[in-house]
Amino acid sequence: MNMQISRLVLGRLGVAFVTLLIVSFVVFAATQMLPGDVVQILLGQAATPEAVAALREAMHLNDPAILRYGHWLIGLAQGELGNSYANDMPVADLIGGRLANTLMLAAVTAAVAVPLALFLGITTAMYRGSVYDRIITMGIVAVISVPEFMIATLAVLTFAVWLKWLPALSFANEVTSVTEMLRVFAMPVITLCCVISAQMIRMTRAAVIDALKMPYVEMALLKGASRRRMVLRHALPNAIGPIVNAVALSLSYLLGGVIIVETIFNYPGIAKLMVDAVSTRDLPLIQTCAMIFCLGYLLLITLADIIAILSNPKLRK
Amino acid sequence: MAPMFSKGFLPTPRHFGYHMNTVGICAAAMVCFWAVVAVIGPMLSPYPPGEIVDFDYYGPMSSTLWMGSDYLGRDIFSRILMGARYTVGISLAAVCLACFSGVVLGMTAAVVGGWLDTGLSRLLDALNSIPSKLFGLVMVAAIGSSIPVLIVLLGVIYTPGAFRFARALAVNINTMDYVTVARARGERTGYLIAQEILPNITGPVLADLGLRFVFIVLLLSGLSFLGLGVQPPNADWGSLVRENIGGLPFGAPAVLMPCLAIASLTISVNLLIDNLPVKIRDRSE
Repeated sequence: MNMQISRLVLGRLGVAFVTLLIVSFVVFAATQMLPGDVVQILLGQAATPEAVAALREAMHLNDPAILRYGHWLIGLAQGELGNSYANDMPVADLIGGRLANTLMLAAVTAAVAVPLALFLGITTAMYRGSVYDRIITMGIVAVISVPEFMIATLAVLTFAVWLKWLPALSFANEVTSVTEMLRVFAMPVITLCCVISAQMIRMTRAAVIDALKMPYVEMALLKGASRRRMVLRHALPNAIGPIVNAVALSLSYLLGGVIIVETIFNYPGIAKLMVDAVSTRDLPLIQTCAMIFCLGYLLLITLADIIAILSNPKLRK
Repeated sequence: MAPMFSKGFLPTPRHFGYHMNTVGICAAAMVCFWAVVAVIGPMLSPYPPGEIVDFDYYGPMSSTLWMGSDYLGRDIFSRILMGARYTVGISLAAVCLACFSGVVLGMTAAVVGGWLDTGLSRLLDALNSIPSKLFGLVMVAAIGSSIPVLIVLLGVIYTPGAFRFARALAVNINTMDYVTVARARGERTGYLIAQEILPNITGPVLADLGLRFVFIVLLLSGLSFLGLGVQPPNADWGSLVRENIGGLPFGAPAVLMPCLAIASLTISVNLLIDNLPVKIRDRSE
């Protein structure tokens, strides 16, 4: 690890931090644009003017916006997320279990999608131009160009309506046995896998094909190495950086997918919570959920960039 | 075994004009079809889109109701024809807004350079790192949903991408000798942008506009599907899927057909861009 690498990595982390600040400012500014007085909404029509004034004072609503932004940011950093407007429960309590559910869904999806996508990406690059490659590539274009809810709809039609293997849209709250859990998880996971592995396959395929164009691969061909050896031994180790970068980037597509999938399958996760909060205009909840999502997204993107920096052989000494 | 490793293989072009293959022509025909439907669709529809014409809900396809009926017994075919206007119209307006502002800012940043370039790039990159669906959700929560709001919102969300693309192209053109000559002649920034840079990036920018149009159609449908896009009684294709999602367990055509409409539009735009004549597309590389 030399100076140049650490400087680049630190620089990237700095950019991520500044971006997070800008994002938090945008989220705060957006939720401030909401018409109507928060205190009036909280206390209802019958509130006395004194009560309204006291609560305004207590919530720091008379301060200038930039001060309120500071208060909010400090609270966020200390884990004080405020109370939900809709049912007056602490936001942290509402989010806790939901976040675990979403992370579990994401983890299961990643565990299925990443190996599958890597296998398909590498084999399509190996047999480039074959019928197999063309079918997979066509499938990827189709998956990338349709909305996530269509993939979910098709999955339900196929597995629940026609094949009758899995329950349709009902989501059981109590999961008692392992088989039941598998059945419940299957459909959301299938949908999310389609969404994220399409990008992953495409980028992996491109990375391996790039590596295969190098002179040393031609050298291996000339010396008589088998195709498998050429790809696995000569090309793949040099494509690891771009591939891991592609995996991290594709995982950030989980965010968009998870919002749709949790809504359509009624999955009790944090994205469903946020969509519901948007329809009830529950500001503290929206702000916190949005920040959690942006944080996750930025983490993945920054991770992808740092891996790209670390895997660049020109920077290695 | 070697075709995958042969490099530098360039076929001699048979046509020196704008030649397109069959897939490209089919895709172009499909895109034109939806464009025509978006303009004159409601005139072709067999029933008024808001009228209840079937006593049964989630009815199957029949000779009178070509694509079945929805959850209230309205004709899905008429509603899809009407929805084309919202989906195509809003997305087209938004993509024009995004590409116009992105390309103008991008070319200005490339030509002026210096702190303006750095500042704009940093700011727009930060905006770009907010997930688009999330940004849409937060903004809709803040300002509510109406068609003008949707157009501006989608336009703003996709401006950073258009900016980045146009700036990268313009930076390349900016180093050309003829731009240096024009600069030495003492031309103004406005002239450099409009006369020297713009004509040389038009092709790739139009291709990029097409791809961005697909992203916007997908995001708009996604927002409408979540109930945050086009509001009832109007319905774009995403709202149609949302309205009829209850018919999914019965496999009703009311759910599938709007999905297929979206897919046919987005896939054909993608295929059209992929099969554009080389003269237009390859300048982007």
